[in-house]
Amino acid sequence: MKWLRSNGGAIIVLLFLLGLWEIIVKITGTPAWLLPAPSQIFSEGFKVIPSFSTDILATTKLAILGLVIGSAAGFIIAVILHILPIVQKMTYPLLILSQNIPIIVLAPLLIIWFGFGLLPKLIVIALVCFFPIVVAALDGFKNTAPELKYYMQMAGASKTQMFWKLELPYALPSLFSGLKISATYSVMGAVISEWLGAKQGIGVYMTLSQASFRTDHVFVAIFTIMLLSVLLFGLIQAFEKLFIKGKIER
Amino acid sequence: MLLNIEHVKKSFAETEVLRDISLHVEEGEFVALLGPSGSGKSTIFNLIGGIMEPDDGAITLNHKVIHGKRGLIGYMPQQPSLFPWRTVLENIVLVQELTGKPNRQEAKEWLEKVGLQEFENAYPIELSGGMKQRVAFIRAMLSKQNLLCLDEPFSALDEFTRISMQKWLLSVWETNRKSILFVTHSIEEALFLADRIYILTKRPTMVKEEVIVPFARPRDESLLNTEPFFHLKQKIFKQLKDELGEGL
Repeated sequence: MKWLRSNGGAIIVLLFLLGLWEIIVKITGTPAWLLPAPSQIFSEGFKVIPSFSTDILATTKLAILGLVIGSAAGFIIAVILHILPIVQKMTYPLLILSQNIPIIVLAPLLIIWFGFGLLPKLIVIALVCFFPIVVAALDGFKNTAPELKYYMQMAGASKTQMFWKLELPYALPSLFSGLKISATYSVMGAVISEWLGAKQGIGVYMTLSQASFRTDHVFVAIFTIMLLSVLLFGLIQAFEKLFIKGKIER
Repeated sequence: MLLNIEHVKKSFAETEVLRDISLHVEEGEFVALLGPSGSGKSTIFNLIGGIMEPDDGAITLNHKVIHGKRGLIGYMPQQPSLFPWRTVLENIVLVQELTGKPNRQEAKEWLEKVGLQEFENAYPIELSGGMKQRVAFIRAMLSKQNLLCLDEPFSALDEFTRISMQKWLLSVWETNRKSILFVTHSIEEALFLADRIYILTKRPTMVKEEVIVPFARPRDESLLNTEPFFHLKQKIFKQLKDELGEGL
């Protein structure tokens, strides 16, 4: 009930948009290969689910693995940059630049360098996932309440204790915000990496559908990606509720 | 003599903050530092706490020089500074965690002694301002240090809460008598709580005068309305007023 109350508005807007889409397609008589109606996409979706589910599973696994690696890397980078401000000054611009490399261009190169295995795919996903974590974690560390920091100094806390007992727990809410962004990126990253060469996955399904002008299947893939992103987002949110105790007064 | 500060000087760049500070706290004594705002009180605490080192002079605790050494005092800040993700119990054992294994049993006994046992598992956000400061004080007590430094702990509270907190502090202190160095800018608070008061000048800070508070313990609220209390308050008020000149 509570869930419905907080998300009801979004659902109504979504249903309205789908309805509008349906009506426009019906009225204008748009052919299905150009733009299929939502009703057709859903019925097609249910039809292909048995064969499509292996692709979904493959992409989900890939996205989660990439997300875990990417966020672990992001967290470690953030901690290093936080402990060594000089390194932060030297490398932060590079981190920003790393986000300006078009993944579409980078991915084929990665395949040339590392082959068609799992590694280049994970690199692509990790590359899109680590950055939000770095930024969020660094901001969280930096914004630690000064009065708490001062208290810890007066109490004689070492730098390590300062980090584990104050800065890290203080940064957790911010870290989770970053993680939520990364989680939604990870599915996109996985799909892009699959475009370039994979045996299965939503990305493969998408390319095949597109090549055979099955626009309805392309849309099935798009909706699946969206659903997957939302589910991952929800998963992170559940973890957040589990980990964050009390409330931070800011 | 537990804490002894002798002819301590401290400047930041061109600003002279402490010109010449000499003061001491005996074992089991309650000493107040009273001064106008911006009189370098927090610098004195930074020096005692080891966050800064004096330019000149000496600070000793138990006859040992403690310049730049942290974690030797129990500290209670102006803001309660409780960790929002820790329960009351987890908060008060924090300082013990820094030096070794926390004694949760003792911590629980303390909460019981001061009537906070039902809030043991509450988070700070659920507590009132006065209760937070009680928790912060217990946390300082549990640090096992002989000297507690209290930095204007009640200045952010409303009048009613403040008076009840002062009485509470005295009642807890009288059962246990750790040495306390208490910074305040309230004359009444200093007189009500302390054995001795150091009046500080404005910047660059010196000790203007040392006042011995003659009132017997245990003290209660009725003291605030007695003639000698009022008289001493007037005297100190006049000194502070002279100090601030037209600024008051």
